[in-house]
Amino acid sequence: MAKTKVITSENVKLHYGDFEALHGINLDFAEHEITALIGPSGCGKSTYLRCLNRMNDLIPTARVEGDIRLRGQDIYAPSQDVVQLRKSVGMVFQQPNPFPFSIYENVVYGLRLAGVKDRAVLDEAVETSLQQAAIWDEVKDKLHESALSLSGGQQQRVVIGRVLAVKPEVILMDEPTSALDPISSSQIENMLLALRHDYTIILVTHNMHQASRISDKTAFFLQGRLVEAAPTKQIFLNPAEKETEDYITGRFG
Amino acid sequence: MDAKRADKLMTGVLYAVAGLIIIILASLLGYILWQGLPHISWHFLTSPAKSFEAGGGIGIQLFNSFYLLLLAMLISVPLSLGAGIYLAEYARNNWLTDVVRTAIEILSSLPSVVVGLFGFLVFVLQFQFGFSILSGALALTMFNLPLLTRNVEDALRSVSFDQREAGLALGLSRWETVTHIVIPSALPGIITGMILGAGRVFGEAAALIYTAGQSAPALNFGDWNPLHVASPLNIFRPAETLAVHIWKINSEGIQPDAAAVSAGASAVLIIAVLAFNLLARWLGNRIYRKVTAA
Ligand SMILES: Nc1ncnc2c1ncn2[C@@H]1O[C@H](COP(=O)(O)OP(=O)(O)OP(=O)(O)O)[C@@H](O)[C@H]1O
Ligand SMILES: [Mg+2]
Repeated sequence: MAKTKVITSENVKLHYGDFEALHGINLDFAEHEITALIGPSGCGKSTYLRCLNRMNDLIPTARVEGDIRLRGQDIYAPSQDVVQLRKSVGMVFQQPNPFPFSIYENVVYGLRLAGVKDRAVLDEAVETSLQQAAIWDEVKDKLHESALSLSGGQQQRVVIGRVLAVKPEVILMDEPTSALDPISSSQIENMLLALRHDYTIILVTHNMHQASRISDKTAFFLQGRLVEAAPTKQIFLNPAEKETEDYITGRFG
Repeated sequence: MDAKRADKLMTGVLYAVAGLIIIILASLLGYILWQGLPHISWHFLTSPAKSFEAGGGIGIQLFNSFYLLLLAMLISVPLSLGAGIYLAEYARNNWLTDVVRTAIEILSSLPSVVVGLFGFLVFVLQFQFGFSILSGALALTMFNLPLLTRNVEDALRSVSFDQREAGLALGLSRWETVTHIVIPSALPGIITGMILGAGRVFGEAAALIYTAGQSAPALNFGDWNPLHVASPLNIFRPAETLAVHIWKINSEGIQPDAAAVSAGASAVLIIAVLAFNLLARWLGNRIYRKVTAA
């Protein structure tokens, strides 16, 4: 039985000024799956990912065309509330970017601004989110210390906890482990495997091993095109396109 | 000469230059305090000035300085926050923004005498506020606003784009991101700038001579109704400040103890400005620690 599509995108083009960075991408994301976006540097993975929660709106020169839907709703429709969209589609960046506040405040930020004041509710959210982010045991005794005092790997997991606390449906991750050591990376990979049961995850990565280990589906991008998207096993063992095979076997890129 | 020796030499030169600056500043401060401190007493700090005889104090001038400072900051802090936030967070990069920025830069390098004369023409004469606290406070605002705005804008800009992106990606609105993430991170810098600005305003004389005036009419410290003529809070009375008083004594003072009063007043002024600076650091650090839980 085909899984429910959470995000569908059709003929997505993006221009930075006169430069067309995406040439019409058709790609869908199924519920509770991890999809890895791979491809050489500059092929448009980040650009595409940032279309999905409209982060490209921040770049004045960027112009998006095509049709992107979250559960059937056109996210570029004039009636779309961008703030609401970003609550449903959370994002984790390459560099850990905790706010310069305490660990606790980092996690409850979204909730506080949503008007939650009940201490018990906030405490509960912090514990649940940080547990999901596999960092609770390491920080539970220093929740009121600065998040900046943590290591990069710990910061990244706190940041993931912060995203989870807002209870998104989809989580976009742009090379979330590329700034981290192998141990922190594999901690995050294991966490993602557990999160997959509740969230839909779209992950940009340059690490082929990571893509093949944790993703259900892999999409290969090249120079602003989507070359092919298929179940990860198929992409890695039996790709349909020559370009994909060359990239995966390290013959270029 | 090899790099290592050049490095040693230049380090030595830099130390010497730094040392020289410290010696100059320390001896200047030391001299003023040495000259002035012996004249400072409770009586000196609280009693009114005398024009012709010895034994006058600086009580009213001291009060005027603080009151003017308070009013000037009340006007310029909210304005500079608004303008700084607008410039750093909302203004588009177009010619209008450039004009505003250039205007602010020019205004901030305007000599304070010019600001004073502008205040005299506009507030004192045109608006008919006369030599008054109000005219003085407005002139001080003119003098202070550009620097404070620059300070707010710079402090906000020093917060990295990552932080804004993180906030927006979490589903905060633009305004929430600015008020709850960018401003708290920039707060220590903003507050330090504000307090340093306060110190500058406190010591300002040239902008006040023709706006707040050079006379300090007797005040009735029992009457706090701002509408009464002798009330300390009345904003339409002339108000000579400490810095103006020092200038005036030195240029036309005929009191027998003019030199002593001037030395004492200078010491008080320096101590107050020093206190502002120390307070700025202390408060800035404290707030930073509080916000960041460091
Ligand atoms: N803000 C921008 N303005 C103009 N061009 C941009 C901008 N951001 C990216 N580009 C261009 O768009 C193309 C795709 O960039 P993108 O960052 O999406 O690549 P990527 O696949 O994420 O690469 P990497 O793996 O290095 O992160 C590149 O040619 C890049 O130069
Ligand atoms: Mg990228």
